[in-house]
Amino acid sequence: MMAPIPALRLEGIVKTFPGVRALDGVSFEVLPGEVHALLGENGAGKSTLMKTLAGMHQPNEGRIFIEENEVVMRTPLEAKAKGVVLIHQELSLAEEMSAAENIYLGELPTKSFGRVDWKTLYAKAGEILKRLNCKFGPQTRVSDLSIANKQMVEIARALTVNAKAVIFDEPTASLTDAEKVVLFDIIRDLKARGVGIVYISHRMEEIFTISDRISVLRDGTYRGTLVTAETSEDEVTQLMIGRSLDLSRNEAQVEFGDVALEVRGLSCGSLYRDITFNVRSGEVVGFYGLVGAGRTEIAETLFGLRTPSAGTILLEGKEVRISSPVDAIANGISLVPESRKEQGLVLGMNCRDNITLPQVDDLTAGPFVSDGAELAIFEQYRDRLEIKTPSWRQAVGNLSGGNQQKIVIGKWLAMRPNVLIVDEPTRGIDVGSKAEIHNLIRELARSGYAVIVISSEMPEVLHVSDRVIAMYSGEIIREFTAAEVTEDNLVQAISGIRADKVA
Amino acid sequence: MADPRLKSIGDLLARQGILIAFAIFLVGFAVFSDRFLTPENLETVIRQAAIIGVMAIGVTVVVIGGNLDLSVGSMLSFSTVLVVDLHDKIGPELAIVVMLAATLVLGAINGFLVGVARLNSLIVTLGMLSAIQGLTLIYTGGKNVDILDQETTWFAIFGRGHILGIATPILMFLGLALFMHVVMAYTPFGRRVYAVGGNPTAAVFSGIRRSRLVFSTYLISAFTTGLAALILGSRVMGSQNNVGQGYELLVLAGVILGGTSLLGGSGNILKTVIGVLILGFIQNGLLLMGFPYYAQWLVTWVVIILAVWLDIAAKRGRLLSPIA
Repeated sequence: MMAPIPALRLEGIVKTFPGVRALDGVSFEVLPGEVHALLGENGAGKSTLMKTLAGMHQPNEGRIFIEENEVVMRTPLEAKAKGVVLIHQELSLAEEMSAAENIYLGELPTKSFGRVDWKTLYAKAGEILKRLNCKFGPQTRVSDLSIANKQMVEIARALTVNAKAVIFDEPTASLTDAEKVVLFDIIRDLKARGVGIVYISHRMEEIFTISDRISVLRDGTYRGTLVTAETSEDEVTQLMIGRSLDLSRNEAQVEFGDVALEVRGLSCGSLYRDITFNVRSGEVVGFYGLVGAGRTEIAETLFGLRTPSAGTILLEGKEVRISSPVDAIANGISLVPESRKEQGLVLGMNCRDNITLPQVDDLTAGPFVSDGAELAIFEQYRDRLEIKTPSWRQAVGNLSGGNQQKIVIGKWLAMRPNVLIVDEPTRGIDVGSKAEIHNLIRELARSGYAVIVISSEMPEVLHVSDRVIAMYSGEIIREFTAAEVTEDNLVQAISGIRADKVA
Repeated sequence: MADPRLKSIGDLLARQGILIAFAIFLVGFAVFSDRFLTPENLETVIRQAAIIGVMAIGVTVVVIGGNLDLSVGSMLSFSTVLVVDLHDKIGPELAIVVMLAATLVLGAINGFLVGVARLNSLIVTLGMLSAIQGLTLIYTGGKNVDILDQETTWFAIFGRGHILGIATPILMFLGLALFMHVVMAYTPFGRRVYAVGGNPTAAVFSGIRRSRLVFSTYLISAFTTGLAALILGSRVMGSQNNVGQGYELLVLAGVILGGTSLLGGSGNILKTVIGVLILGFIQNGLLLMGFPYYAQWLVTWVVIILAVWLDIAAKRGRLLSPIA
C-alpha cells in the first residue's frame, strides 16, 4: 500500500533567535486523520515550532509542505487560508462580541452597502456550534461563556475554513474532566473527517488517550517518533528528559519541628469560613479543592492581600496582624502566586532584578543597589534551582514557563522565609520541570521550611504533601495524613460528598 | 526570510536609534547653516531646551512608573506666576520656598488621585491641567506679573546667570539629569519605579508599596516643574498667566523621543535628555535655515512619529504589523 500523503510536513526547520538556536533541523509530519502529539520540556522548542507552522515565525532554514506542495506562510492569516489553524492556549477572542461574530471575524457575511447579514451569520455559526455539540447559541456574548465554551468558539473558528491541519496547544489546561471528554469527541470527529491534528500537552494520560503517534523534542532537536499503542509513559519520558522520573508517593518518614504557622477560625466574607489548620516546620501541607473553593483566597489573606473578617493567625505561637505583603514579608511569609505572569514577574525586567526585587532595599552599598550582592543572590539561586538562562540580563519574559516559575520560587526562597506558600506550583509546566519543582518543594521542607502547597492537580498534591487538606466551597471538609489519603477519598471530599453518605 | 544584515541594522536602530537620529540632525543642520555649529549657538539651544528638559526629567520618572503627567504645562504657568509675583512682596528666598511648596502640593494632589485613589492618570492630570490654569487666573485676576527690580536681584542667577562659566539653566538641566539618572538606574527607589511600571500587580506581590511609590513620582515631576519655573521666571523677570501652555506636549514629545515607553516599565533619563535636545536643535536649525517658527510644530510631529515607528518596527522586524 502506498503511504498516505502527509497533511502537513516540515523538513529540517532551523529557527534562531539572538543567542539561541530554538529549533535545530526539526522534521515532523502529520497524516490526514491522525492525532500526532508533540512533546517536550519547556524550552524544547514546541512553541517555536508551532508558531512556525502557523505563520507567526519565519524559519531561517527548512521547508514546509502542505499535502506535499511546498508553501511559505508569512502570517497567521495566510496559514489559515492554506488550511493550517492554530488553537491557542491563551484564547484570543473579542470578549464583547457574540460567538457568531467571533467565529466569522474578518469574514462576516455581508448584504448590500457592506451591512452585516446577521441572518446568514447566525445560521452558519449556529450550524457549526451544533456540529460541536455546543449548548449555547450563536448570539451568546463571549464574555458570558465559560473557558471551555470559549475554546469551543476557537475551534468553531477553525472549522470555518477547510482545515487540513489543526494544532491544539495545551487545549485542556483550563478544562474540567467533563469538558475534556467533549473536546476529545470533537478531536475524534475532526480526525474522522481526515483532518491532521497536532496535539501539544504536558499531560501524559491525555496524550495516551487521544494520540496515534508521539514525537518528542529536546533542546530544539527532534528526538524521535513513537507509535502510541506500542510505547509507555516511561519510554516517552526518557526520550523527553533523557532519564526516568520518580513519581512515587510521598512517604512521611520524617520528624517535624514545632508549629510554624497556625490559623484559627479564619473567615473572609463569603470566600471561606472557619478555617483552622497548622503547618509545622519541615512539613508540606497540601490544599486540594476545585478552583473557587477558597484555597487561593486563604493564601492571599496570609500574605496580607486580603483582610479576614474573623479569626487569628499565629506564627511560632505568637498572634500576628498581617495587613499588607510588606507585613507578611517582615513576618517571614513568602507567597509564590498562582499566576506567574500577572502576579509573580515583571516580564520586561531581567532575571536578576526579578529575583532580588522583594529585598532590593537591603542589598545596598550606601544609597546604591549593590551589583555584587545582587549577582551573588542571582547566581546562588540560578545554581540551586538550575535556572536555564543565557545571562542574568535576559528579560524574564523570554524564558520558558518552567524557568520563569523557578525564578519566582528563587525570588521567594532568597527571602529565607519561615513559611513558604506555593499556589499552583507547576501550572503550565512540562513533566521534567514539574518533577524538579516537586523535588525542590520536598527538599525545602526537609531543610526546615514550613510549606503550603495549593494545587488543582491530584497527583501533585499526593506526591508532595505530608498532610492534605481538602476544601469544598469555602470550607475545610477533611484533613488527611499522607498515610490515609487516597485518590478516592480525596475526590469525594472535594466534591462535597461526606464520607458517611457514600456507601 | 529576513536578511541577517537588515536584522542587525534593525537591532542597532532599536537600541541606538535615538543617538543615530541625533547625529543625523546635527550633521544635517551643520551642512545647511554655518552658524549652527558655533559654540554660541549650541549654548543658546541647550539653554533654551533646559526648561523643557528639566520638566521632562520628572515626567520621565512618572512615565516609567506607568502613568502620565499632562498637568505640568499649567503647573509651570502657576509656579512661574507665583514665584515672580511673590518676589517683590516677600523677597526672592521666601518666594522660592513658598512656590516650591505650593507646586509640591499640586503634585501631591495628582499623586493622591492616581496613586492612592487609583484613578486613571490621563483623566486626572488632564483635569489638573485645566484646574491649575483656573487657579492661576484666580490668583492673578487675569493680570500678568513682573519683577520691578530686574537689574540687581540675585534671583537673576537661575535664568540669566552663569556658574563656573556655564549658563545656570544648562548646569541645572544637566546636573539634574545626571542626578536623576543615578537615582533611577542605581538605587532601590529607581528599581521599584521600573517594577511598578512594568507590572503593578507583581510589584505589590513583591512587597512594594505601590500607592506610596506612584505618589512620590508625582512629587518628583512637580518638583522638577518648580525648578523649571525658577529658570523661566528668572529669565523673563515676569510672567503671563498662561506662559506654560502647550509645554506638556513638548515635554511628553521629549520623553517619547527618548524612547521611554508610555506603557511604563522602561525608559532612561539620559535618553530623555537627548530627546529634548533633538527637539531643541530641530527648532533652532529650522529657524537658522529660514523657516517660519511654526514650521517646527509640523516637523516636530513628523520626527516623533518616525521615531516611534522606527522603534516599533525594529522590535518586530518589519514596518507594518504582521497582524492585519
